Amino acid sequence: MKEVEPPLALLAELTHRCPLRCPYCSNPLELARASAELDTASWKRVLGEAAAMGVLQVHFSGGEPLVRRDLRDLVRHATEAGLYGNLITSGIRLDAARLAELVEAGLEHVQLSIQDSDMANGDRIAGLAGAQEVKRRVARRVREAGLPLTVNAVVHRQNLDRLDEIIHLAVALGADRLEVAHVQYYGWALRNRTALLPSRDQLDAATATVETARARLAGVMVIDYVVPDYYAHRPKACMGGWGRRFLNISPAGKVLPCHAAETLPGLDFPSVTEASLSEIWYCSAAFRRFRGTAWMPEPCRSCDRREIDWGGCRCQAFALTGDAARTDPACALSPDHAVLGGAIADARAAAPGLSYRQHSAAALSPA
Amino acid sequence: MMTDKRGGAARSVVEGACVLRFAPHARFRFDEVRRAWVVLAPERLLLPDEQAVEILQLIDGERTVDIVIDKLAQRYEAPREIIAADVLKMLQDLLDKRVLRL
Repeated sequence: MKEVEPPLALLAELTHRCPLRCPYCSNPLELARASAELDTASWKRVLGEAAAMGVLQVHFSGGEPLVRRDLRDLVRHATEAGLYGNLITSGIRLDAARLAELVEAGLEHVQLSIQDSDMANGDRIAGLAGAQEVKRRVARRVREAGLPLTVNAVVHRQNLDRLDEIIHLAVALGADRLEVAHVQYYGWALRNRTALLPSRDQLDAATATVETARARLAGVMVIDYVVPDYYAHRPKACMGGWGRRFLNISPAGKVLPCHAAETLPGLDFPSVTEASLSEIWYCSAAFRRFRGTAWMPEPCRSCDRREIDWGGCRCQAFALTGDAARTDPACALSPDHAVLGGAIADARAAAPGLSYRQHSAAALSPA
Repeated sequence: MMTDKRGGAARSVVEGACVLRFAPHARFRFDEVRRAWVVLAPERLLLPDEQAVEILQLIDGERTVDIVIDKLAQRYEAPREIIAADVLKMLQDLLDKRVLRL
């Protein structure tokens, strides 16, 4: 196996608390409570360890990272350690004073989510009245503060037909970059899959819309867009390969190769309270388990794309086959590829009702 | 601002007379851990090869692209048009990615 390289970026999930309740949230079904979150001193230590081991960028995420009162201190600490800081936010609570203190602390970039170009539907998906209007104000504020802005639009069956409007909105908001992110079906999104999965026709129309817009907007706004797994022919190189490029730290301090990895059984993810980031990255059994190609079954093992897509996504393989060590069913060569067609057929027949994310104690009655 | 028929009306095109600089939130710095130069930008991270590093080190917001090409052609003792093609291609790519700006 080739020498393991240091990670490039750290996704710091500071909290699972969030004012929004998006039914495709990438947080786990079991959300961490405030009392379980790492404290300021621990995060500072971890940011320092990350920079020292070669991490270059830190994405402050959640949940909504702005609910952490120490966000400014963490951004400043990251800046002083030489890390390039990015805030991934819903924008709720990002008032002018808060933004100014983050800029002063060295924040380089803001990624702002929108749920739809249609305000009422956007608020319905976000589960918060008035949210989309706040986001429009926040986008303007970010630009006025001189920071580059990425708009992140998660797309699915219930907003994909408005993709052209969403692209126009992102331009109007002054975005340098738009991420058109198809829902990935883990956790909350998997629970809502039949209500969110788009049809083939919807997807084809969306892809054509993106291609037209890219030509029109060259030099104005970059559009990042990837065909979603359920309609793909080859799997995505999830996280650029397991334990190869990225580190994720959960609110409680678990160090993960991706934000969904805790769903995988039989892996013991160490906490930052037990070992250094460097030890965890290079030595822990969990990070070594699916690193490289030695773990691969056929058809991956002999595939000439094994070091391009790295077998796809372990969490998706587990969610759809019950075995994290199988080829990602998103690959047409996977013996399990047909399960995706089944999910698409189910979605075609299903009603669009949504199950919103919530902390489990509030959900004593079954969903 | 110049435009390109292949792109949108607002797509700037790198020519010899252009003066380029790094975008305000792009960082070109040496990483001590990797012993290599890196470019950090919003949700982008580039690990330029040796040749790209030599080009980027000449981007200072004052030199024209022509001067950058001249310097590299001298340094490598290579035909200017070959150097020019490589330099223009790379700088256009970084301008499109908004890592560089006019």
